[in-house]
Amino acid sequence: MQEMMTLLSNYNVPAAFWVNVQLTLWSALFSLILGVILVMMRISPVGSLRGFAVAFVEFFKNMPLTIIMVFMLLGVFVQLRFQFSSTFSTNFYWLAITGLSLYTSAFVCESLRSGINTVPLGQAEAARSLGLSFFQTAGLIILPQAFRGSVAPLGNTLIALLKNSTVAAAASVATETSTLMKTMIEYNASMIIAVFLIFAIGYVILIIPIGLLTTWLSNKLAVRR
Amino acid sequence: MTSASEKVVSEGVASSKPLVELDHVEKYYGELHVLKDINLEVKKGEVLVIIGPSGSGKSTLCRTINRLELINSGEIRIDGKPLPQEGKELTKLRAEVGMVFQSFNLFAHKSILDNVTLAPRKVLGLSKDQAEKEAMELLARVGVDSQANKLPAQLSGGQQQRVAIARSLAMHPKVMLFDEPTSALDPEMITEVLDVMVDLAKEGMTMVVVTHEMGFARQAADRVVFMADGQILEQGTPAEFFDHTKTERAKDFLGKILAH
Repeated sequence: MQEMMTLLSNYNVPAAFWVNVQLTLWSALFSLILGVILVMMRISPVGSLRGFAVAFVEFFKNMPLTIIMVFMLLGVFVQLRFQFSSTFSTNFYWLAITGLSLYTSAFVCESLRSGINTVPLGQAEAARSLGLSFFQTAGLIILPQAFRGSVAPLGNTLIALLKNSTVAAAASVATETSTLMKTMIEYNASMIIAVFLIFAIGYVILIIPIGLLTTWLSNKLAVRR
Repeated sequence: MTSASEKVVSEGVASSKPLVELDHVEKYYGELHVLKDINLEVKKGEVLVIIGPSGSGKSTLCRTINRLELINSGEIRIDGKPLPQEGKELTKLRAEVGMVFQSFNLFAHKSILDNVTLAPRKVLGLSKDQAEKEAMELLARVGVDSQANKLPAQLSGGQQQRVAIARSLAMHPKVMLFDEPTSALDPEMITEVLDVMVDLAKEGMTMVVVTHEMGFARQAADRVVFMADGQILEQGTPAEFFDHTKTERAKDFLGKILAH
């Protein structure tokens, strides 16, 4: 306990966690948008759009996140010379968010698709037979019910995203938790248990409320049939 | 009732102009030949009842009319125009053809009132007030106006199906398709739905009804079509069909249905 207090006063641990939370929030936003677009492509009547969405999702779902992150750094930045900002740290930060968003959007798409599977086909048939267009049917009837049916898997995806945000280290985001943890262990090898505990407890404090919230929301929003 | 149905009435029940025409329609599910050379005309104001054993293709036939099922060959025309492919044209056509399903298919996340107002607002562009006013009139007509703010799951099956009919009527359809509207209902709720349908028939709505309710067929149908194995085997007025059944297949079917 004493060791943990010493470590906490010597290092700015909350600031590192704040970087991970920011990475998570931005990536959650972008991956949600991209995931919705992907899932609409997957249920669209156009074969080529469905094919593209399947290929995209399968690619990013099966690709290790570390490889995506390293590719963002060495491929997109170093080779392709694409950069968000001339400031190195800002550039790495947004490259990491891009990588996380691409990776997570595949899982958001899959979560939403599991939600869409809870919506009976008759709902779409009724909507179409009333004269609603594909986008009206998707946006007003299918997706709202799918969201309510996929709160739990979306919550799990968010939790995974928060933990995955530590992989941003692979894209040279140097201020986040796993990098700070490495530094702390390097300079305080004798207090390694305390260092581990600080970060373990930190993530538990962040993740347990997400789990509780999504369970509560999932029950509250469930569509009764 | 609304101006649309009054218009239909004023043009005369069962006038000679065909509203729905099916020309040599063929449909396969893989190897299975589910619709075999179907030729059928439904006149304006006519109530056509399709009966037949399960798997005879009668539901499929009903669903091809608003293109929920695609056909392999032949042609279907609504009001003289061939059924469009996907896109805006098809959307427009579907808005003019009402459909009532066996499993009601009310939008589970929307209130009863929102279920009825959604399409008039989004497809016809009615204002919220206008759509709600019409919806309440329709709900009152089918006797569920007191449930307007509830969710579908809070209503009985009979009430849900009456809401589904009101939802279709809100689009002022030219023709209404009923795909076994009472087959998922408890016996005591069948009458309340059939009563609404009989009223609609009397007001001159053009209707295509797939059903096992022989009482409804006798009472409300202008014409009964008997299907088996994807073919139309026999058709005629209810009196002709029920009292002077021609084909063995239909006699056999009616014998089984009316035995108890």
